[in-house]
Amino acid sequence: MKSVVKKVVSLALVAGMALSSVACGNSNTATTSNSGSATNTTSDALVWKIGSTGPLTGGAAVYGTNVVNSAKLACDEINAAGGINGYQIEFNGQDDEADAEKAVNAYNTLKDWGMQLFVGTTTSGACVATVAKTSADNMFQVTPSASSTDVVNGNTNVYQICFTDPNQGIASAQYIGENALATKVAVIYDSSDVYSTGIYEKFAEEAANQSFEIVSVGAFTADNKTDFSVQLQDAKNNGADLVFLPIYYNEAALILNQAKTLGYDVQFFGCDGLDGILSVENFDKSLAEGVLLLTPFVATSTDEKTVAFVEAYKKAYNGEVPNQFGADAYDAVYLLKAMIESGNLTPDMSTSDICEALKKEIVKISFDGVTGAAMTWVESGEVSKSPKAMVIKNGEYVPFEK
Amino acid sequence: MQFLSYFINGISLGSIYAIIALGYTMVYGIAKMLNFAHGDIIMVGGYIIYVAVATLGLAPLPSIVIAVVLCTLLGILVEKVAYKPLRNAGSSLAVLITAIGVSYLLQNAALLIFGSSTKAFTSVVTVPAIHLFDGQVVISGEVVVTVITCFIIMGALVLFINKTKAGQAMLAVSEDKGAAQLMGINVNATISLTFAIGSGLAAIAGALLCSAYPTLTPYTGSMPGIKAFVAAVFGGIGSVPGALIGGIILGIIEILSKAYISSKLSDAIVFGILIVVLLVKPTGILGKNIQEKV
Amino acid sequence: MKKLLKMSKTSKQNYITYAMVLVVALIAGVMDATGNMSSLMSGLLVPVCAYVILAVALNLCVGILGELSIGHAGFMCVGAFVSAFFSKLMASTIPVAWIRFTLALILGVGFSALIGFLIGLPVLRLKGDYLAIVTLAFGEIIKNVAAVLYVGRDSKGLHFSLQDTMSLGLEKDGEVIIKGAQGITGTPNDSNFVIGVILVLVTLIIVNNLVNSRDGRAIMAIRDNLIAAESVGINITKYKLIAFSISAALSGIAGVLYAHNLNTLMSTSKNFGYNMSIMILVYVVLGGIGNIRGSVFAAALLVILPELLRFLNDYRMLIYAVILIVVMLFNWAPSALAFREKVKAKWKKTPDSTKKEVA
Repeated sequence: MKSVVKKVVSLALVAGMALSSVACGNSNTATTSNSGSATNTTSDALVWKIGSTGPLTGGAAVYGTNVVNSAKLACDEINAAGGINGYQIEFNGQDDEADAEKAVNAYNTLKDWGMQLFVGTTTSGACVATVAKTSADNMFQVTPSASSTDVVNGNTNVYQICFTDPNQGIASAQYIGENALATKVAVIYDSSDVYSTGIYEKFAEEAANQSFEIVSVGAFTADNKTDFSVQLQDAKNNGADLVFLPIYYNEAALILNQAKTLGYDVQFFGCDGLDGILSVENFDKSLAEGVLLLTPFVATSTDEKTVAFVEAYKKAYNGEVPNQFGADAYDAVYLLKAMIESGNLTPDMSTSDICEALKKEIVKISFDGVTGAAMTWVESGEVSKSPKAMVIKNGEYVPFEK
Repeated sequence: MQFLSYFINGISLGSIYAIIALGYTMVYGIAKMLNFAHGDIIMVGGYIIYVAVATLGLAPLPSIVIAVVLCTLLGILVEKVAYKPLRNAGSSLAVLITAIGVSYLLQNAALLIFGSSTKAFTSVVTVPAIHLFDGQVVISGEVVVTVITCFIIMGALVLFINKTKAGQAMLAVSEDKGAAQLMGINVNATISLTFAIGSGLAAIAGALLCSAYPTLTPYTGSMPGIKAFVAAVFGGIGSVPGALIGGIILGIIEILSKAYISSKLSDAIVFGILIVVLLVKPTGILGKNIQEKV
Repeated sequence: MKKLLKMSKTSKQNYITYAMVLVVALIAGVMDATGNMSSLMSGLLVPVCAYVILAVALNLCVGILGELSIGHAGFMCVGAFVSAFFSKLMASTIPVAWIRFTLALILGVGFSALIGFLIGLPVLRLKGDYLAIVTLAFGEIIKNVAAVLYVGRDSKGLHFSLQDTMSLGLEKDGEVIIKGAQGITGTPNDSNFVIGVILVLVTLIIVNNLVNSRDGRAIMAIRDNLIAAESVGINITKYKLIAFSISAALSGIAGVLYAHNLNTLMSTSKNFGYNMSIMILVYVVLGGIGNIRGSVFAAALLVILPELLRFLNDYRMLIYAVILIVVMLFNWAPSALAFREKVKAKWKKTPDSTKKEVA
């Protein structure tokens, strides 16, 4: 019995902590979400409430951090320039740990906060779970980076800034085929990742129609992503003259390094996930020399919009360079701004009304952002924009010309 | 030839597991606890070296020394604050849970300090790679250094445990804490010493892990940590040579199963073999079989 | 009234637990129904039920049977995948949600129990930490296999593969039901808070009745002294297997609940890996090993706590880790316990009801 009393006392302690945090939570939410946007007016005034979620902790934290930071940056810029239709923006970014259940919790937290527009969710798997909720709430959702087709399938309130995975797979296969970059291709992909698997599957399907053949397929999983010697060795043994990497740059950096150790000099070809590889702190850029990638965004682009975004991001977040996730989120916020302005919406409208109005706007708009010019959307939620083929030369991305 | 090169890749990977497993097995053998935070101390070691080399511009060797010293201090601190108070707790599970807590704490502290973005680690190894059979088989310098370091550390540990007073005290504590205390051994000091050595080894492991796989994130240590733990169990947890053998065998199994069975299911295969080993020999390859007394 | 007085002390305690769960559930349910609950809390109701069930299930294994398992998330994974697969498959065939959910529940629980039994057969021969490691290994295997599993359906029936969608060889009209890493998308949302609470109560009743039965006493005898239990003729293997399989089956219930609460089901390290298994262990240890009621409340609090810490922004998980360590120390360290006793003695100079209980 003694132990029961003991446990009750200690649980009461936890409960006390929890309760006190609720109390703090209520009083703090408004202030924390405002931090950084000094131009915010008092809470009585009408504001746009934009929320975003992404993994801010855990192995995928780099993606969520980029999304949330960039969305916040865009909001701050807009606020400084006078807001949208004269109303300021309040921004709130929540951690979803790249987990479906946590993403729903994060979304619900934002809903309680009064969110009207949702820029999220960062990762595909978690996004599918939040889409079910936003669709029920009729909340307008723009996902910067959740690229699975399941995200937009069957929902009219969800739109993507990024390409869908199948799109990228097909485009990559066609690009390699049409430009006759290779005859024997190896693929190394992350079988535990929705993005990577999605691209790989369509790539493999499309490859059948192209002039090259896939000679080696090496998979890896989230728990097993440090050693790629087997996959590279297999590609080498099968005489692949191009290795397709539909993966993110963290793993790609290791693959490039190990290929060098192995003495395997081959053409690497990647998708938008590879952007960011040159921004890895302390990275030996010579490793990435000659890598080709099909991407809508590169941080070193000299395009005016991109330069402005990258500079502002660096200034706001102690010198870090944003990756493609951040660029997508930045575009998402500006896209919302453009549509709200063209639709002449005001924040006193209900969330559902805003959503309905934006649905009508988004199919009409042609949007120029950092991840593409003249982007358009179809009702099903997919974006239409054209990726650029880039090659890494002397440690810089430059447009690829054959 | 293909098999040979896979085999050597396996040894490369295994040597990394082995060097982490050495620290794991020491702590387990003496303190009888699964120190889940061990992998995260490796990560901390990696970051310390990264800062020393990339930011402060120090040479690799002094950086490693700094990392060893700081990690040793961190290990002692963690032991004092989070593990020692629970040494005589009602259940041995309590300390397991605080170890998890410490693991979360270190990961999130690193996330706050260094951010989520990946850092590229400059290898601290300058030994050139060895090319055999016209470059068909390559052994990287990191592997050569790791394997040699593994053997040196193993030898040093075995000597330390068998030849020094402190080492004998460790052995005594691992056999029977109560009896050791009665013999006048300072059990607490001995266990603290074990954590200190284990954490110092973690720093060296961090240097080699990050040199072999040169990226660094706050979560770098967790998966290799678990794998190394499996390796330590393979070899017979608590046994120093066992950790080395277990690590290398695990690496070879992992690479060969990736190469010849399935690269997606290699973890399942590794764990499956672990289960078979433990069912056949419940205390691992070199583990001692202790009869339970009434 | 008479009956109530005649009740043994333990069953009285059990009824108090049920009553507490019911009261809390009723308050939460009423608040939710009348719109007095935040979306966050309302969204957490079903997950809390699932984790409570998991904690109770693991406590049966760790506290009552006395064997440390760090692979229980694997059983949850089995329950979740089997039931979600069934529900998705039958979504159009069985339109009535509760019938479909009941069948899915039976299937999910059955499979978890079966897997628990099959794993228990070899595993329970091991002891202590080695047993824990083997359960961890099994949990990781289940998670890994679930993450590479492809299942599709077309007019010819079901197709299975461990490779990719293409190797399923589906016809044009075929539908991929389990899609590797992407898992199952579009599981019907058949669970709700009422079902969750009912399942929590069912779990509690099963465990409490088991503990107080002849079998339960045999199980605890094995925990307390294996050799003594063996010498009085208790069939060790049988009772260990009973407890382990029931524990696995109950984890399966949690999996079913989890799977039918979200639109998507993926097998990741986050939800079915060893991290989750350890998290459940944290609930059990914090609530008290062998203390069923403690598990219920510890699980509920620890699921809600990280959500309540959201106002800390970047420091959230850091503070969570600190709280975890501090609470563990406060709860288990002999010095902290002695300190607490001292404080308690000061506060309660006069003997009161709590004192009596302590005595």
